[in-house]
Amino acid sequence: MSVCGPREGSDQVDTSSGGLVRSHCVGTTAVVYASDYLNKLSGEKIERECRRQLSCGCRALVIDFSDTQLVNSIGISILLGIIDVAEKSGAQIVFSDVNNQTVELFEMLGLTRHVVLAKDEREALLNLSHFETTTPVVH
Amino acid sequence: MEPSTQKLIHTFGALADLGQEIAGTGDFTEMVRTSMHLLLGTLALRRGAVVECSGPGPLRCVAVWGVSDQALNGLDIDAAEMESFLGGEIRESLSKYRDKLANEGIELVVPMIVRGEVTGLVLLGGKASGEEFSNDDFETIRAMVRHIGVGIHTHRLLEQLAQRAEENRRLYDELRTIYRDTVRAFAAAIDIKDKYTQGHSERVGRYSEIIAREMGWSEEEVEGIQIAGYLHDIGKLIVDRDIINAPYKIDAKNSIELNRHPNAGYEILAPIRHPYADIPFMAKHHHERLDGRGYPDGLTDQQIPIGAKIVSLADSFDAMTTDRPYKRRRSFEDVVVDLRENSGKQFDGKVVAAFARAILKEVKGETRERRITKMLGKNYLEGDQVEMLLMDLIADLEGDFSRKGAKAQSL
Repeated sequence: MSVCGPREGSDQVDTSSGGLVRSHCVGTTAVVYASDYLNKLSGEKIERECRRQLSCGCRALVIDFSDTQLVNSIGISILLGIIDVAEKSGAQIVFSDVNNQTVELFEMLGLTRHVVLAKDEREALLNLSHFETTTPVVH
Repeated sequence: MEPSTQKLIHTFGALADLGQEIAGTGDFTEMVRTSMHLLLGTLALRRGAVVECSGPGPLRCVAVWGVSDQALNGLDIDAAEMESFLGGEIRESLSKYRDKLANEGIELVVPMIVRGEVTGLVLLGGKASGEEFSNDDFETIRAMVRHIGVGIHTHRLLEQLAQRAEENRRLYDELRTIYRDTVRAFAAAIDIKDKYTQGHSERVGRYSEIIAREMGWSEEEVEGIQIAGYLHDIGKLIVDRDIINAPYKIDAKNSIELNRHPNAGYEILAPIRHPYADIPFMAKHHHERLDGRGYPDGLTDQQIPIGAKIVSLADSFDAMTTDRPYKRRRSFEDVVVDLRENSGKQFDGKVVAAFARAILKEVKGETRERRITKMLGKNYLEGDQVEMLLMDLIADLEGDFSRKGAKAQSL
């Protein structure tokens, strides 16, 4: 069985920690769903899933915060790590559906200097498709 | 919400989480890693590391984020630089590694000082916002690094405690070994006095251990009964050697003298603080009988400590299965007959059954070692009848007559 699994429209189960991280792929973009509280436990699961998707050839990541009520300090640190890894892989990263309180936090801490915020997943994918058509992918 | 209020709430939340993390008893490395994440996340720093040290010398990397592990390998700190950190001043780098750390994006080096000692350093990268560090940021960093330092210091103390506990355990084990060796030396001394029963105390110790283990005693209890077996005849040290070594059945007067040995044994053993319970009582009562006709106190069944019952059986079994000055040892068949007849009178049936089960297991090859065979000599337990004798004895004693009934029907 492939480590990366099916590429299109599949939910992933993070078996190593026993919890579930929802994700699916649209072309070369992986959409990963953050949980209601982004802390150490859920943050590490998301980080693992993002790293896994990037190592499988994803060129862009969308982290969807539609379920997320709260992000704590460790969550911020882990998100910065994901941004770092994505930048090093040459991948784009978009945060979608972030609530107002969390947007304020991201702006205050400077995360918005490194990621694009999108209203929802659809808008995030549209942004990225624009990027893909204008940015040549180097193999 | 005002950004300053939001920042305060975010920082307080992180400090509360940090306190919880430091106070936890989980894995040390994970504690440091989580603490570092809390610090990085509070100010949105993109990279960082925590290194610890015990005085001048190598810096050991405990947690790292966004910095390559290799970059931090082999770092060390000299005495002068370490001392210069004692004031708690935050620096931009380490003097010896200015370029190396700058290449990794490290912008701040913060000492962790606990009780006047530098316990390590926290290396921090720049803010994700790209802004310069403010005075408030420095205060936040100092407060959180102090917490992390305390966590590392506490861990070291716990580690030292664990080392001392381990050292104490080792010393205790050594003392127990010395105690056991001393006891065995005593057993040998007791047996030397009786030239016809050399090795008797050692064997009684081993038989007692085997019986107790078969009865499901704990390791500690098994060790204790073994010691009691070794020492059960220690009272013979005060009995005249001529009486012990008489090559004939001794008369009533000498018998009274010899029968003093259980009480004498108790007197010798009682003042000693043995690491196991009731050893003096096991020595005192190993000649008691269930029917009350034993000595020194004529105790009956429930009054006799179970340990004494075990030592009593082990003692008698060895007496029956070794040559004495006035008689040859008995065949195993005879011994089984004796055990059967005297169960409930002299011996406790449950103890006899346990011993029989242990012998049977060895005869059937179900044990790793053949310890009983070794003590009895290799031919003693051979023969077709041995297994059947033991099974019948066990069945009788355990009140299981069904097998015997089936056997009678088939005849």
